[in-house]
Amino acid sequence: MGSTIIEKIIARNIGAECVKPGQIVTVNVDRVMIHDIFIPFVADKFEEMGFTKLWDADKVVLIYDHLVPASQLDDARHFRKGNEFAAKYGMKHVHRSDGICHQLMTEAGYVKPGNIVFGTDSHTTTYGCVGAFSSGIGYTEMASILGTGTMWVRVPETIKVHITGKLAANVTSKDIILTLIGDLGADGATYKALEFSGDTVENMTIASRMTMANMAIEAGAKCALFTPDEKTAEYCEMELTEAESSLVGDADAVYCKEIYYKAEDFVPVLACPSQVDNIKPVRALAGTEIDQVFIGSCTNGRLEDLMAAAEILKDKQVAPFVKLIVTPASRKVYREAVENGTMEILAKAGAMITHPGCGLCCGRTGGILTDGERVVATNNRNFLGRMGTSKVEIFLASPKTAAASAVAGKIVEG
Amino acid sequence: MKPMTMAEKIIAAAAGVDCVQAGDIHTVEVDQLLSNDGTTHLTIDMYHNKLKHPHIADVSKLVWVVDHNVPCDSPKTAASHKKMRDFAKEHGITFYEGAGVCHQVMMENHVRPGELIFGADSHTCAYGALGAFGTGVGCTDYLYAMVTGKSWVLVPETLRFNLTGKLPEGVYARDLILTIIGQISANGANYMAMEFGGEGLATLTMADRIAVCNLCVEAGAKTALMEVDDVALDYLKEHGRTPKHVFKSDEGAQYAKVYDIDLGTIRPIVAKPHFVDNVVPAKECAGVKIDEAFIGSCNNGRIEDLRVAAAVLKGRKVHPLVRLLVVPASQTVYMQALKEGLMDIFMEAGAIVMNANCSVCWGSCQGVIGEGETLISTGTRNFKGRAGHPNSFVYLASAATVAASAVAGVITTADMLE
Amino acid sequence: MEQFTGTVWVLGDDIDTDIIIPTEYLALKSIQDMTPYAFSPLRPELAAQIKPGDMIVAGKNFGCGSSREQAPEIIKALGVRCVIAKSFARIFFRNSINNGLLLIENDALQAAVNEGDTITVTVNQDIEHNGQHYEITSLPQNLVDIISAGGLVKAMRKLNGLD
Repeated sequence: MGSTIIEKIIARNIGAECVKPGQIVTVNVDRVMIHDIFIPFVADKFEEMGFTKLWDADKVVLIYDHLVPASQLDDARHFRKGNEFAAKYGMKHVHRSDGICHQLMTEAGYVKPGNIVFGTDSHTTTYGCVGAFSSGIGYTEMASILGTGTMWVRVPETIKVHITGKLAANVTSKDIILTLIGDLGADGATYKALEFSGDTVENMTIASRMTMANMAIEAGAKCALFTPDEKTAEYCEMELTEAESSLVGDADAVYCKEIYYKAEDFVPVLACPSQVDNIKPVRALAGTEIDQVFIGSCTNGRLEDLMAAAEILKDKQVAPFVKLIVTPASRKVYREAVENGTMEILAKAGAMITHPGCGLCCGRTGGILTDGERVVATNNRNFLGRMGTSKVEIFLASPKTAAASAVAGKIVEG
Repeated sequence: MKPMTMAEKIIAAAAGVDCVQAGDIHTVEVDQLLSNDGTTHLTIDMYHNKLKHPHIADVSKLVWVVDHNVPCDSPKTAASHKKMRDFAKEHGITFYEGAGVCHQVMMENHVRPGELIFGADSHTCAYGALGAFGTGVGCTDYLYAMVTGKSWVLVPETLRFNLTGKLPEGVYARDLILTIIGQISANGANYMAMEFGGEGLATLTMADRIAVCNLCVEAGAKTALMEVDDVALDYLKEHGRTPKHVFKSDEGAQYAKVYDIDLGTIRPIVAKPHFVDNVVPAKECAGVKIDEAFIGSCNNGRIEDLRVAAAVLKGRKVHPLVRLLVVPASQTVYMQALKEGLMDIFMEAGAIVMNANCSVCWGSCQGVIGEGETLISTGTRNFKGRAGHPNSFVYLASAATVAASAVAGVITTADMLE
Repeated sequence: MEQFTGTVWVLGDDIDTDIIIPTEYLALKSIQDMTPYAFSPLRPELAAQIKPGDMIVAGKNFGCGSSREQAPEIIKALGVRCVIAKSFARIFFRNSINNGLLLIENDALQAAVNEGDTITVTVNQDIEHNGQHYEITSLPQNLVDIISAGGLVKAMRKLNGLD
C-alpha cells in the first residue's frame, strides 16, 4: 500500500519501510529554529535540563525578528540572552536583523526537501513549501531537542487537497488557503497533515506555496506539504535526488479526507474578525471603511507580494487619513524590491516602509490600532486583540485586496 | 530708528510695531502653528474641556504631524493618534502621518523666512535655518494661539555667532553645534536667541544649518536664527515657496554677547551621558563599547547625513553585536536615498532601515535600549533614559562618527577605521 | 484514582493563544509578571478572579494559534487545576503536557455547566456535575510517562543523570 508525503518523510527519517497514522515514533531532527521571543526560555530550560552542549550547533538557527526593532524596555534583554547562549554553545547561525524567521529558514537555505524541522513558532509549517516536514513546538520541547537531536511525533493522518485550473487575475494563493481554512474550520486539520496537489499548485511559485503552508496551522494542521519539483530545486539551489522528487502522495495512499477545488471557483476573500475561519468574499464587504492597511509578514511579505501591491499602487495615492504600512519579510526581499523599483512605487504612493521583521503581525509595534479602527492585513491571524485593543477589527486578505483597499480607503477587490 | 536684531525685527513685524527691544513683552500674530503626536491629544482635550466657545482662529495656520510613534507601538498611542486624526479631519487641518519628523516636514513644506512659528515641540527652533523665528511652546500656549491666532512673546536677547572659515574634511555641522553648546553650556542661551552669520555661514549647506539651529534649544535658546542668503533662498525656491520677509540684523544691533568661531578649528565631538553640553573630542571616547547606533532624527536624518553615513558604511559591515538603525527624517529623504542607492548600502552593511519618524531619538517605539546598554546617536538628546531603560547611556555624535562606531562596535571616528 | 473538586469558569470555542496571553506582554521578565494579563482581550477581569483549584471548561480548539508556551504556563500559574475542552489545538496540547498542566477532552460538559458550578474530576475516569457523570478517556502511554516524570524538564534531568 502507498504512502502520503508525511509518511514517506517520517519513514525515511527513522529508517523504516513505512509508517502508519497514529504510530508514535522518535525522529532525528534535521534543523531547528528559535526566535527572539522564546530564546531566554529555551536557554533556561536547556540548562535546567542539565545539558552542557548542543547536539549539533550547525543545525540550530537563532533568529531575531519579533522584537526587531525593539519597542519595549525589556526587549534588548532577549538579544543579550540570545547572544550569550549563542556564544556559550558555539552557534554559527544567528540572524539579528535579517527578517522573519520563516522567510529566512527557506531563503537562506537552512531547509531542504524531506527535512524534519521544528521551530518555536506555530507558523513553522511554512517549510512544507519545499517539501519539508516542519512544525511548531514550545520552548521546553525545543530545549530537549537541542540536547538530544530527537523528538517524538505521532504520525498524522493526511488531508489531501487537489486544486486544478487557473486562478483569476485578482486571486492569489492567499485566497486559496483562506477559503480552505474557512471550509475546514479553525480546527479542521488538528493533528493532521495537509498535502497539496494539482496543476494549480504545480504552477505556483515557491513564494505562493509558502503562503499556503504558512497558514496551515490556522486550520490546526501539524504540517503542510508540497511535492518538491523543479521550482523547489531552483529555489533551494540544488538538484533533487530521486528520494526528494519521489515525495509524492502515492495513488494508493490512505487519506482521511480528500478535497477538490477548481481554481476558477476561487474569488478574493477576507478572514473577518476575529477568527481566521470566518471567511467571506471581498465583494460581500465591499465599501467597508478602513483605517489602515498592513502588507507584510511571513505569510505575504515576499517580493511577489510587494510587486503585486505595487502594480495596484503605481501612480496612485493611499487614501487620505488611511495608513499603509509595508514590512518586507526579509533583508533580501527588501533589497530586491529596492532594486526593481517596487519600493519607490510604494513609497511614492505614501506607504511607510519599515525594516523587515514580524512588525504588526505580532502586535507589539509596527502599526498598533485602537477601539473602533479597522485594518486590512496580509498576515495570518486576526485574533481578538492581536493588533491592539479587542475592539480593533482585523480583516485578513491577499496583497492585491490589501493594496486596492488602501487606495480606496475601504474594502474592495484587487 | 534703533538698530535691531533679526529676532527683534521678526517680533516687531508680528506685533505690528516699528521697533521692539529685548525685555519687551508683545502681543504677536503667529504665522504657523505646528503640533505633533507628542502632545496634540492633550491640546484637543483642553480644546473640548476648557474652552467656553471652542473654535480655531485660522485653520490654515495649523500643521499637525504624527511622527513620534510611527508606526504606532501601543493601543494608548493609537488612541491619541486617532484623536488627532479625527480632529484634523473634522476641522480640515493640514495633516501628515508617516511623512517624517515634524521639523523636517515643516522645512520641506511650510517654513518661510520672516515668519513667527510656534511648535508644540522644543526643536522648533530649527526653522531659523530659513530665517524664521521658530520656538517651542506648551499645550496651553499652543491652544491660545490656535483659538486666537495670537500670543505674547518676551523679546529675547541675542547671542551672535560670527562664523569664519570652513569645516575641515570629516567634520560636520553637528560637531560645530555640539562644540558651541559645550562652550556656552546647556543653559548658556536661556531665553535668548542664537543668531548665526558671517562669511563662514555660506559654507554651510541647508542640512548643516538645520542641524545647527535645531540643537540650539539644548543650550536653552528660545530660538535660533541664521541670515538668509542665496543658499537659503535657493532651498526655498526648490521647494516652491517665497519668503514672507527677509530680515537682517542691523549694523549696531545690541547683542548680549558676540562669539567668533573659526569653523576650521572644529573637530569631531561627542556629547557624553547624560547632558548635551558634556562634550569631549570624539577620540577621547574611543573604545567605549556600544550596543546600538542611530542615524536619523530632525537633527541628522537628512539626505546629506545619510550620504555621509553611507560613505563610511560602503563595503563595511556593522559589528555583529551592534544594532544600527538608519531612519530618514522624511519620506522625501527616504525616496531620495532609495534613488541614490543609499538604502542598499545600509542594507548590505547590515543596518536596520526604518520608515521616516522620530524613532530612537524619541526612545519609545523603535530601537529602545535595554538595561545597562550604550547607544551612540545622531539624535537631539542624551538625557538619562531618553532612549530606553533608565539605566542606559547615550552618546551624541555626527553621522560619520556614529556609522564608524557601528562598524567598530566601540566609539570610533571615521578616520580611525581601517 | 486521583480526584479533585472545584469551581468552573466557562469559555467558548477557539480560545486562542493571543487571548490567553497577548504578544504585547510576552517579553515581560517572568510568567508571574504575565499572569495578570491572561485572557485580557476577552475578559480583562478574569485573571484576578481565578482562584487556585478552579477549572476552565471551554469549547472546541482551545489554545489554537501560536506556539507560545507561556499560554499553558500562565494557566498553570493562575492555579487552574485542569482545562476541560471539546478539543485542544496541537501545539498547546504538547506544551501543556510538557509543563504538567492537565487537559481533558470532553464534548458534552461545556453545554451542561454554568460558570460558578462545582464539578469533580476523577482522573482517567470521569467528571461529575450535578449528579451526572461524563466519561473521559485516558492519555497515551508516552504522555503519561512525561507527566509522571513531572514534565519534560524533569524527564530530561533524569536522562542527564541529575535527579
